[in-house]
Amino acid sequence: MRPYTTKLDLKSGTVEMNHGSGGRAMAQLIDELFVRHFDNELLRQANDMATFEIPAGRMSISTDGHVISPLFFPGGDIGSLSIHGTLNDVSMSGARPLYIAAGFILEEGFPLADLDRIIASMGAASKQAGVPVVTGDTKVVERGSGDGIFITTTAVGVVPEGINISGDRAQPGDVILVSGTLGDHGVAILSSREHLEFETTIESDSAALHGMIANLVNAVPEIHCLRDPTRGGLATTLNEMAQQSGVGIEIRESNLPVQPAVHAACELLGLDPLYVANEGKLVCIAPAEHAETLLTTMHKHPLGNNAAIIGEVVEDKLGFVQMKTQLGGSRVIDWLAGEQLPRIC
Amino acid sequence: MKYIDEFRSGELAQKLATKIEQAVDPARDYRLMEFCGGHTHAIFRYGVQDLMPENIHFIHGPGCPVCVLPTTRIDQALYLLEQEDVILCSYGDLLRVPASDRNSLLKAKAAGADVRMVYSTQDTLKIARDNPDREVVFFAIGFETTTPPTAVAIQQAAAEGLQNLSVFCNHVLTPAAIQNILESPEVREIGTVTIDGFFGPSHVSAIIGSRPYEFFAEEFQRPVVIAGFEPLDVMQSTLMLVQQLNEGRYEVENEYHRVVTREGNTKAQALVAEMFELRPLFEWRGLGAVPYSALRIKQSYATFDSEQRFNIPDIPSREIKGCECPAILRGAKVPSDCKLFGTVCTPENPMGSCMVSSEGACAAYWSYGRFREQS
Repeated sequence: MRPYTTKLDLKSGTVEMNHGSGGRAMAQLIDELFVRHFDNELLRQANDMATFEIPAGRMSISTDGHVISPLFFPGGDIGSLSIHGTLNDVSMSGARPLYIAAGFILEEGFPLADLDRIIASMGAASKQAGVPVVTGDTKVVERGSGDGIFITTTAVGVVPEGINISGDRAQPGDVILVSGTLGDHGVAILSSREHLEFETTIESDSAALHGMIANLVNAVPEIHCLRDPTRGGLATTLNEMAQQSGVGIEIRESNLPVQPAVHAACELLGLDPLYVANEGKLVCIAPAEHAETLLTTMHKHPLGNNAAIIGEVVEDKLGFVQMKTQLGGSRVIDWLAGEQLPRIC
Repeated sequence: MKYIDEFRSGELAQKLATKIEQAVDPARDYRLMEFCGGHTHAIFRYGVQDLMPENIHFIHGPGCPVCVLPTTRIDQALYLLEQEDVILCSYGDLLRVPASDRNSLLKAKAAGADVRMVYSTQDTLKIARDNPDREVVFFAIGFETTTPPTAVAIQQAAAEGLQNLSVFCNHVLTPAAIQNILESPEVREIGTVTIDGFFGPSHVSAIIGSRPYEFFAEEFQRPVVIAGFEPLDVMQSTLMLVQQLNEGRYEVENEYHRVVTREGNTKAQALVAEMFELRPLFEWRGLGAVPYSALRIKQSYATFDSEQRFNIPDIPSREIKGCECPAILRGAKVPSDCKLFGTVCTPENPMGSCMVSSEGACAAYWSYGRFREQS
């Protein structure tokens, strides 16, 4: 660690332009915030990159930009979300995540106290997941040119031998499972945003799923598809995979797990839980004979307590996702058109 | 009772479906108009028509306040944004409705105009308080359901002495719309659109009561059943309408009696009467100019009336060629009759308001029902 005359003022200091100009100020920011919280051997080498051995097998890589507002919400913050989100994306191929790279775009004037809090949260999430942040980048833009902080995270992982999980592999007859309750994250975000005031006890479900995925892939190597239903919710994810695979999907409304409080909040705002974002859930499509094994494996994991079998894949060249409603009728679950807008009366 | 799942019970739905099946006369058709967009939505979202016998037809009416708003009014709101630099507060559904030249509030927002989506008039008051140097305009729309909250907002603004808030008033009246439909040539004389009975709007009736519909039932000899928004409400009301038609009755019945009374919410009615008065004429999209069908703010509250506060020009309406919203709103055509439906006009790229509003017939049909045609 290089010596600095005074420590960063993490209580009342703010991000300044020179924190991004490559000089001593930037080095201090990196040392006293990023390296301190991410602390690992590769990062401590202080290079512009991290070098590592490639394990045998196929690699998986994914990247995510995080622009969420508000930055801090019940159950998480932009920091923990950026770690969880990218780990989840890369592990949906069945991969074991190995390393994370993180890029930051900071706005001049952003409070260092908030930055410290966010990086600490990222460090904790990374540690808990067992996947280190080994390299990164920092830029500062002028006040007014950025919304406080934008984070981009990239993760690499290795896919075990014999595993082939992809959105285009769904087959008619396959069973569809979801790992837990729907809509928690989106509702938690809405409840903290400006101009929308209602109190719920809903927390974001933001979590890293790679541990549970490792168990699933181990128990059932024949899994066809895995995906996390983030923006656009379960409805969007099912439509994506139906289209990729050239099949239809039928689900049952009475089997969908939704917390009563989320249900109530959605009713109030005119939202459909099917379209609300999740950040700690996955959808799994696999041959029907493995349904019970998959369900049991999910239930045994702390992140899969409320897992459920929700439907099956069918023949349908038009790729419709249909739902048997709790009333006994039928409806299409369509792609989301634009932002979900609430009803007026 | 949590009032969420009980009225969506599959078990009860099956029982009602059986009763309706037994009640219908196989020798005739039952053409029932649901006036309110919320009912259209409920029917499609839960697949209620799957449980109905073949000779029951739901006809979608103009009960969607976004759908019946002429493009002129949105053009005028855009004028306020661009020329007067106001903060425009609007309910969500209105943001995507296409105005002239395919512009919309959402597009104006993307171009830098200060458009804010609000969930209630209370949000608008807060914005006005937080921005004392800016003019804040509330784009008020809706039938009788949303009029009392607008009245309360004006009352609160007056009490607080807020100097920067005004309301662009587009509140419309349900009985006038129903009358207009029943008196239209297609229904009255030509008989091309047969409407045997009505599902009365749920929340409008919570305000105005069931009494105003007695006139229609009597004058036009059509039964009216005030129906709640839940799918079981719609099914129960269907049964009640079928029974009335079989027995040759044309009465007003109230299925939604957990919320609606005969007199309605008299306090709300009084407040609305204090602030608003009838416009002699108002242009409705699809229905044309309808007399005494809409409200404007009274002279005594003129400072809160955007139309008196600003010099808003009269901008003639320009419909998109081929758009069948006007006919669809009257129940004269169905979404699939429109050449633009599903080809040029989709929820991503709406041509008319029937597709944008979540309660519009075209949006409901597209989102929930089009798989029936294609499979």
